[in-house]
Amino acid sequence: MTLELTDYERSLIGGSQGDATAMAMRILVSAAELVGAGELVEIRSAHIDGCLHHGDGGVEFAERLADGGGRVAVDTTLNVGALDLLHPDKVRAGAHKTAMARRQMDAYVRMGAEPTFTCAPYQIGHLPDVGEQVAWGESNAIAFVNSVLGARTERYGDFLDACCALTGRAPLHGLHLEENRAATVVVDASHVPSELKARDVFYPVLGTWLGLEVGRDIAAIVGLPAATTRDQLKALGAAAASTGAVALFHVVGVTPEAATLDAATHGQVPGRTVALTAEMLRGSLARLSTAGQGGRVDAVAVGSPHFSIGEFEHLVRLVSGRRLAVPFYACTARGTLLALEEQGDAEVLREAGVEIIVDTCVVVTPILPASGGVLMTNSGKFAHYGPSNTGYEVLYGSLEDCVDSAVAGRALSSPEVWAW
Amino acid sequence: MGLVAGRVLVAGEGGGPLLRLDEPISFWGGVDPVSGTIADPRHANFGTSIAGTVLAVPSAVGSSSSSAIMLELLREGTAPAAILLGHADAILSLGVIVGEELGYAGIPILEMPVGELVSFPQGVQLHVSPEGIVTQASS
Repeated sequence: MTLELTDYERSLIGGSQGDATAMAMRILVSAAELVGAGELVEIRSAHIDGCLHHGDGGVEFAERLADGGGRVAVDTTLNVGALDLLHPDKVRAGAHKTAMARRQMDAYVRMGAEPTFTCAPYQIGHLPDVGEQVAWGESNAIAFVNSVLGARTERYGDFLDACCALTGRAPLHGLHLEENRAATVVVDASHVPSELKARDVFYPVLGTWLGLEVGRDIAAIVGLPAATTRDQLKALGAAAASTGAVALFHVVGVTPEAATLDAATHGQVPGRTVALTAEMLRGSLARLSTAGQGGRVDAVAVGSPHFSIGEFEHLVRLVSGRRLAVPFYACTARGTLLALEEQGDAEVLREAGVEIIVDTCVVVTPILPASGGVLMTNSGKFAHYGPSNTGYEVLYGSLEDCVDSAVAGRALSSPEVWAW
Repeated sequence: MGLVAGRVLVAGEGGGPLLRLDEPISFWGGVDPVSGTIADPRHANFGTSIAGTVLAVPSAVGSSSSSAIMLELLREGTAPAAILLGHADAILSLGVIVGEELGYAGIPILEMPVGELVSFPQGVQLHVSPEGIVTQASS
């Protein structure tokens, strides 16, 4: 398919909005041709996943755009960076890396993006409407905005999301198009015990399984409670997007494009139906831990994706009046920390020994004690990426187990919740 | 010798020893951006270097940050010499497109049924042409 551009879009390549926008448009056009898009689509917002310092190439890219006069054309939030700008002493990094990470974050702010530095922009007010065209980066945010909010984005990488933000356009393809959003696989969770489905600890395990089993196909999950929370869907999507290229899933009776199974499949017969079994869940649960049960725990990390206010309130109830014996990190957005300070919860958390990390997280930035050991988490995403990114062994458990283990300094688990 | 054609995602020319992975890979969290070795202990090819290889993988998975890792590998000179993907992936390809925009040397990326490569033994020297033809390099 040949890519057709409007006169305005062609003028951007010609430099009508400056060198940076021209470069962004060139990259966008290459990407659009790559995916076979016939045209570009106007977007309403963007979430840029390019603030995280992976190396100096990312800084060079961002500064080339910022120095070229680049400005975002739509409302744009920023994903995590490699620094906690509010608490810089918490990050162990050399002077060069710290300086470059800072320059990278600054370059995007210079282009007019909001300095949100969160992987969960949907928790701080970036909430596109159902059906709205957007261009988002960050795999969990992509899964959330498509699945839970019903807005439309493809999986954008670090650079393309910035190019979309600067040009206000995205390649019209994939999940931007109605016909590509139909579920082709039905996942039947109706036999999973309802006590288990009511627990937060179930959702990262389901997501881990979904990513491995369904991958880039689109699932319609049936049999989850109508009361499934946004935090649970967030955890499901984040885990699924870690183990597979999951950018969209439907939960029948819960998510906006799945009022009924028929709506989720666009009235078509699904390619296959998979009934969840206890063995499937046990396999995914086992995959989330590399450390043995019952041993020591050296640190606990929660907040991938960034903790919401609701999750913090749960944590406050669990830690109140207790003293954590090992380092306990809770990662969140600076905007969420502000709200926690205002409602007095930040104080309670700090008294118990919780370290609140903002603008980044412990799996992308060296914050955990360098000594290594066993990291416990309630996050499927931390459990998935923890070993390779931090060198720690990981142990997956519920938030309750994480707090109990942090108080005891050794791994405590509740295997009975998985009884089926 | 055998000859297979792929769909060109990023045009270019390159050659090196075939490294065929049976499992999908996430470059972010799965490949060290400086050394170019597979860094995920759970990956079957943990510790293997992808630098300079003709890397054949069923698909790229995981975080959208993988394009950034691709860019860093190009900048560091530790990227594969070419990538053959079972499923087209815009995220890795984009890293190469951005690298070329910044003046780094690019690499070809092709989409092809990687099963067709089973006729080539692991480690054999392959050449990828700008037209997307994969051939065994004459020795």
